[in-house]
Amino acid sequence: MNKEAIKSYLNEEVLSETMIRVEHLYKSFGSNKVLIDFNFTLRKGENVAVLGKSGSGKSVFIKCLIGLLRPNSGDIYVFDKNIADLNREKLDLMRVKMGFLFQSNALYDSMTVRENLEFPLRRHWLEKSKEETNAKVMEALTNVGLAHTVDMMPVELSGGMRKRIALARTLILNPKIILYDEPTTGLDPITGREISKLIVEIGKKYNTSSVIISHDMNCIRMTADRIIILIDGYAYAEGTFEELKQSNDNKVKQFFE
Amino acid sequence: MKLPPSWRDILSETGDIFRFSLRFFQQVFKPKFEFREFLRQCYIIGYNTLPLVALTGFIMGLVLTMQLRPTLVYYGVESKLPDMVGIAMIREIGPILTALIFAGKIGSSVGAELGSMKVTEQIDAMEVSGTNPFKYLVVTRVLAATLMLPVLTVLSDFISLYGAYLGVNINGITSFTLFNVKVFDALSISDLIPAFIKTYFFGFAVGIVGCYKGYNSKKGTEGVGRSANSAVVVSSIVIFIIDLIAVQITALLGLN
Repeated sequence: MNKEAIKSYLNEEVLSETMIRVEHLYKSFGSNKVLIDFNFTLRKGENVAVLGKSGSGKSVFIKCLIGLLRPNSGDIYVFDKNIADLNREKLDLMRVKMGFLFQSNALYDSMTVRENLEFPLRRHWLEKSKEETNAKVMEALTNVGLAHTVDMMPVELSGGMRKRIALARTLILNPKIILYDEPTTGLDPITGREISKLIVEIGKKYNTSSVIISHDMNCIRMTADRIIILIDGYAYAEGTFEELKQSNDNKVKQFFE
Repeated sequence: MKLPPSWRDILSETGDIFRFSLRFFQQVFKPKFEFREFLRQCYIIGYNTLPLVALTGFIMGLVLTMQLRPTLVYYGVESKLPDMVGIAMIREIGPILTALIFAGKIGSSVGAELGSMKVTEQIDAMEVSGTNPFKYLVVTRVLAATLMLPVLTVLSDFISLYGAYLGVNINGITSFTLFNVKVFDALSISDLIPAFIKTYFFGFAVGIVGCYKGYNSKKGTEGVGRSANSAVVVSSIVIFIIDLIAVQITALLGLN
């Protein structure tokens, strides 16, 4: 695919109202069945949280969404395209429109903050002039309030700062969908709240749709329009925070106690 | 007959390393080549290992000469000292010693680097950033290791001869020109070529084992340490196995 085709694909407006559609997802590791008949929909502009205990398969689900893991069966449609049908090149292109905030931040230790942010720009053949690249890096860093860290190494930053930088790296490609894998894990409650606030602000500013994987109820309350509770590999319950909080089901109630 | 579990683990890992090598050969010829990262790895793997390799080569040349001298004096063939040291260093000790030092430094650092990248999800982050992590991380490192070890071995061989020259001159006076003439007169092309060719295989083994161990690292930070450690152990064993095979092949070809 040539540069022009890539550019035109990236500039294509997403017309569909459904950003992600997951049908009958099944994923197992050996005899360990992680996801069983899991169904999911993410609509345009929506923030959906997937709530579940540790080891319930939340991270497996989100990694299937971006093609890091392949499901055993079931279909995942992103922007109405089944990702199982995409070759590597097309999958890479689709990923430009999807940001992924890793649980461990996944900043490249050997690179400065600037190089970390430039990396996705370079790798997706989006490299612009030096000035344009610098402007994009600074814009993304300013949006997370960390413009002064541009020449620092990840090891010099606190956990909260690293999370913000990772978020800036996710934002640099202007994604339409952002996948957050446990965005507040390992952070103190105050920094966790700041990150949750940032997720909401970024969603509004960049007009993104988000999938948030978490078991942090504060984060979910602040960020999610809709919650799906993942129990025993399938969507056990679904609703808004308030709706689920009122539930009489013991399995649902345990998350809100 | 059922094999003991430890044997099954060894065979299973050997199979996995072969599959990993096969994946390397599939990817190495596919565009696009990560030239910038390859050059960076050549610098890290080659240039940064040079001082260590040079020092050990120099000491080895010096020590070997000092150890050999009494025996040669006893048999009255002291004049053969440069010939013997030259053949021993260039044919066997230089390549194997450099490869083992290389395995210790590069095998462990590659294993630990890729292992920590794996457990902190940096490899996954690379994948979602439109990069083939296998090509970017593994292919470049394996190629750099394969190409840099022969260069390091040649340099180490020459430096070890300087060490040997010093050793010869501790108990007598020999001119540098005479020493060199004696060393290179004793060597033939059949000494140089097999010794040089096998270093490519040593380099490949260190690169592929280090990358395999790091790329498949598990169990968090504990796993990273284990990857680094086993990368050195396994690549050292593989180096000896390759050396054993190389000796058999050169014997079969009548190059001994």
